[in-house]
Amino acid sequence: MWRGDSLYVLQNLVLKDFRIRYRNMSLGVLWSILNPVVMMGVLTFVFTQVFPNPQIRHFSVFVLCGLVPYNFFSLAWITGTTSVLDSASLVKRVPMPREIVPIAAVLSNCLHLLIQICLLLAAVLAFGGHVNVQWLWLPVVWLFEIVFVCGLSLITATLNVYVRDTRYVVESANTILFWVVPIFYSFEIIPAQYSSVYELNPVAALILCLRRILLAGVAPPASTLLKLSLVSFLMLLLGFWVFHRGKNAFYEHI
Amino acid sequence: MPAVQFQNVSKHFRRHAGQMLLRERIANLLRPSPREKFYALRDVSFAVDHGDSLAVIGGNGAGKSTMLNIATGLCCPSEGEVTIDGRIAALLQLGSGFHPDLTGAENLVINASLLGLSRAEVRRRFDEIVEFAGIGEFIDEPLRTYSTGMTMRLAFSVAVNVNPDILIIDEVLGVGDESFFAKCLDRVLQFRRDGKTILCVSHALPTLEMLCNQAIWLDHGRLIMAGPTKRIVTAYREASQGQVAAT
Repeated sequence: MWRGDSLYVLQNLVLKDFRIRYRNMSLGVLWSILNPVVMMGVLTFVFTQVFPNPQIRHFSVFVLCGLVPYNFFSLAWITGTTSVLDSASLVKRVPMPREIVPIAAVLSNCLHLLIQICLLLAAVLAFGGHVNVQWLWLPVVWLFEIVFVCGLSLITATLNVYVRDTRYVVESANTILFWVVPIFYSFEIIPAQYSSVYELNPVAALILCLRRILLAGVAPPASTLLKLSLVSFLMLLLGFWVFHRGKNAFYEHI
Repeated sequence: MPAVQFQNVSKHFRRHAGQMLLRERIANLLRPSPREKFYALRDVSFAVDHGDSLAVIGGNGAGKSTMLNIATGLCCPSEGEVTIDGRIAALLQLGSGFHPDLTGAENLVINASLLGLSRAEVRRRFDEIVEFAGIGEFIDEPLRTYSTGMTMRLAFSVAVNVNPDILIIDEVLGVGDESFFAKCLDRVLQFRRDGKTILCVSHALPTLEMLCNQAIWLDHGRLIMAGPTKRIVTAYREASQGQVAAT
């Protein structure tokens, strides 16, 4: 049996990813900011000049509230999905708890996320927002997203070992998600018959919470928070269960 | 309780299990074809007591590595039962998880934690590991600047300093130069004096004779012979020479 310290291994693998990613970039963390800023600029141009939408004030901050969680979600999900195959040499040759691999892959995107959150908060303040007590909800909401992606990645990472096409399904799902999650439109314009479907989507719920906290300065709805926490932690449990069921035959399939 | 015990262990792989694309998966679901089984190990039983050192010999494809992978828990046996008593460190491939852009020290820490050392143990043994590897001030240079020999010395140095109860070595003793090899040998022999258990796969029969008191001989997944190293190695040598003479 392997009798090491799983948390210490997890920490080491996350640190390893950080170092590799940021050591070879001359602009370093600036790259983390550049992508959302460019996207924000493009979307702001399209939706204030080409298709003007006068109902939304401060469109750039509004769209950034959607972009930051979406970016993290899609990036963390895809790296989590491919992580087990990407780390084949670890999975096949080192007898450690294999769950660590996809979770480390998801968590290693968190530095990236943290930088983007700073950018988002800076944008909120620049457009006239104020720090208020509701901001205390932010870490809670982000925690739910991270937990949710961990669970989802454990499932798709397992599937990806058995069916190599899974990563392309995940990539397509991410593309679709960009349109069906209210990133550049608001919840209010969603027709009533679809709104219950939207509420089931944790990424959409997250964006809803963020906009309430950052733009309106009010606490997120309790029912949404409850649903979000339930879905996130159930997804994590399901993820561990699926991974546990699948991991014993990884050796034969990698 | 023996340190390692295999009871009637078999391991089979399905042929063509490498087809991982959706197309094959669906085709298989619709029209399941009985796929041929390939036995990597067939009904293998043996036990290694604490303090013993077991050599595993046999030709290519005999099932030696599969056996070690099952012992470390990397794959599960298809049939039979495996019991392990103690902390295992496996040297199946030196430098698993090493990354060329990280420094020697960073790689050392990651590798040590993967092999099962805690944070405190890594801190305590860090200097000893660097000292044993003989890398000196290069420890803070990126791994891509190392020679192959240096990388291997670092990897081996981490593994032997993990201080496990059971050490599993797969064909990795031949790293580094003469003097480093002597150092490794010395360390592994020290292991045995400390009453630890070793499982060792190698084609270097003289090394095995030096390291191990017990041996098993595998051929095409079956256990041919088990007993004291001297006797098994002699029998194996005769059989291999007989094969060469026959062709």
